[in-house]
Amino acid sequence: MRALVLALVLAAPLAAAEESVRLDAAPIDPRDVASLQAGARTFVNYCLNCHAAGMMRYHKLLEIGLNEQQIKDNLLFTADKVGELMNVAMTRREAKEWLGTVPPDLSVIARARGADWLYTYLRSFYRDSESATGWNNMVYERVAMPHVLWTLSGQQVQVDRKFKNMEQAEGIARQQKSAWKIDVLTPEQAGKDAERFILKTIRTETPGSLSQLEYDLLVRDLVNFMTWMSEPNQLERKQAGYVVLLVLLVLLVLAYLLYKEFWKDVH
Amino acid sequence: MAAAEKQPVTITGAGPLNGVMSGLLTWVDQRFPLMESWRSHMSEYYAPKNFNFWYYFGSLALFVLVLQIVTGIFLTMNYKPDAAQAFASVEYIMREVPWGWWIRYMHSTGASFFFICVYLHMFRGLLYGSYRKPRELVWIFGMLVFLCLMAEAFFGYLLPWGQMSYWGAQVIVNLFGAIPLIGPDLAIWIRGDYVVSDATLNRFFAFHVIAVPLVLLALVGAHVLALHEVGSNNPDGVEIKNAKDPKTGIPLDSVPFHPYYTVKDTFGVAVFLIIFSIVVFFAPEMGGYFLEANNFIAADPLKTPLHIAPVWYFTPYYSILRATTDDFVLWVLAPGVIAFAALIVWSVKNTAIRGAVGAIAAVLLLGFFALDAKVWGVVLMGVSVMIFFLLPWLDRSPVKSIRYKGRITKVAIAAFVVAFFVLGYLGTQAVTSGRTVLAQVGTAIYFLFFFLMPWWSKMDKTTREPHRVTGK
Repeated sequence: MRALVLALVLAAPLAAAEESVRLDAAPIDPRDVASLQAGARTFVNYCLNCHAAGMMRYHKLLEIGLNEQQIKDNLLFTADKVGELMNVAMTRREAKEWLGTVPPDLSVIARARGADWLYTYLRSFYRDSESATGWNNMVYERVAMPHVLWTLSGQQVQVDRKFKNMEQAEGIARQQKSAWKIDVLTPEQAGKDAERFILKTIRTETPGSLSQLEYDLLVRDLVNFMTWMSEPNQLERKQAGYVVLLVLLVLLVLAYLLYKEFWKDVH
Repeated sequence: MAAAEKQPVTITGAGPLNGVMSGLLTWVDQRFPLMESWRSHMSEYYAPKNFNFWYYFGSLALFVLVLQIVTGIFLTMNYKPDAAQAFASVEYIMREVPWGWWIRYMHSTGASFFFICVYLHMFRGLLYGSYRKPRELVWIFGMLVFLCLMAEAFFGYLLPWGQMSYWGAQVIVNLFGAIPLIGPDLAIWIRGDYVVSDATLNRFFAFHVIAVPLVLLALVGAHVLALHEVGSNNPDGVEIKNAKDPKTGIPLDSVPFHPYYTVKDTFGVAVFLIIFSIVVFFAPEMGGYFLEANNFIAADPLKTPLHIAPVWYFTPYYSILRATTDDFVLWVLAPGVIAFAALIVWSVKNTAIRGAVGAIAAVLLLGFFALDAKVWGVVLMGVSVMIFFLLPWLDRSPVKSIRYKGRITKVAIAAFVVAFFVLGYLGTQAVTSGRTVLAQVGTAIYFLFFFLMPWWSKMDKTTREPHRVTGK
């Protein structure tokens, strides 16, 4: 029975992973201060015009190695003082009028979506003439946001490749450096013996100002920053955890000795 | 008793302030049953000496209750029960209140650990027959505590005002809407609005921070008082009061609760705190089971999430609710009621009971065809929780403890535990036809365990209980 319970517990995360697009693991490190600072710069320059981070104060950036003057000179576009929140000037009503929807607040978006999702999503835009913005995304079908970073990444297009079986399609898919998914047509849709496994990937058609590697690093830094921003106390939390565990281990030993001392005569 | 008749309190051992303390305690004791209470509940409450691992979870549940109240008090100092501010105020606690993240994670992790402790505490009762005579009221008070805890968790879960908070509350309140005739009005009355809104948040806050905790504390008090009236059960399920020291009248197989179990439970608390702290400091989201990813998106009444699931501790019952489809009512529930009624009619001779059972079965069968399956899903979900109240009368085994019960009991409990886990797991997942069938099988096993207990517990081959408790 214990084995069965264990099997159930282990099976839970496996069965929960039902994504149509395989997400790339975001190579982030919240202790990498240089990466966080670079991410903060990208965030303020590219995201914080439409999206707010209304639960984040500028002065929290002191914790990633910046000083007040640096914040004021380089990052403070939407507020006057470093004690203010990262809000945007646009009201919700204006956003609705201008963009059709209110861009979500990004303070804790990394905790809602996960770093891997953000990392894959920001590297999965492609040109789509049928959408309102001219852009679509492999991870987020028909997303309302246009590809804001396109001058850096260049312009991508979606590529379909057809295969007769899943193994072949997956073999090619694994060699991809960016997001991919495989659509499977039913035999009725494709006709008998047809190639019904369609591998969808994206390919850069017009290069941007950054190489693919440089762009991946930029997104890595941005996602690193957003993940840090979603819980700025995460490093402090873990450090405190080690101290607390150490104290509790001492308590455990003392409590155990006391227990054994009192119970030694009970048979 | 008049004040003068009481013995003065004396403190033994050497100490500079013993005289002063003795005087103070004597003064209090002559006006309040201080020493008497201390003796009857601590230093002279005689508990069986053979408590094992399972007996830690009662004191641990009490410990978590205190933890939840203390952390809860600090959270209310900064939380704002206002639909426009609630979500941001939680993040304010997480980011800007000194150590606020710690308080909040202790409270959110504590909620899950409360249920872990209480489920294990209840399972202990199931293993060793702790609900059997004369402890029926201990069990009933315990079940009332469990119901309060569920209400407390439900109301509290709305407060962070995330997407899961909002839509989870919406789904549960809508269940009341399934009740025939009064349902829709009842749901509006609970919400205070046509949808979950600011009005709902305010009243849920009131219930979470004052109304339910008051009832909960009173019930926990009653649970412990009832226990101390009848004495604790133990892993052997034999009464320690049957073998007393002829001179002192103290049960031979007992130890005074204080200091023996106070030190032992302190050790239990230390182990608990280590496991608890590993979660709080290193995995507060617990892979999405304790804090769900979707709840980091502020509540939006216009965006229904694709997949709404309650927190893990409610998922077994939620699975039962979702498993109750039209087909399930027709092919499992209706035949089940007929078979069960036939079984009772065959087992009892009393014509009045036979007639009543037949009438109830007929009404239920009519209801299955007259009312929507959703209504029966809500009914089954309610019954799946309430059925625990009946355990003292469903179990008809001649022995209490699983140690002296036979193979049938062991298989039945194992099947029930597996069904409970499978239902719990399925409740976290989106519905597919295969999963629904599995949940229906789990639901059937869940109810068969209880409804057939009077028969299988009696049929089971038990071995003779010892006269005294065994070593371990």
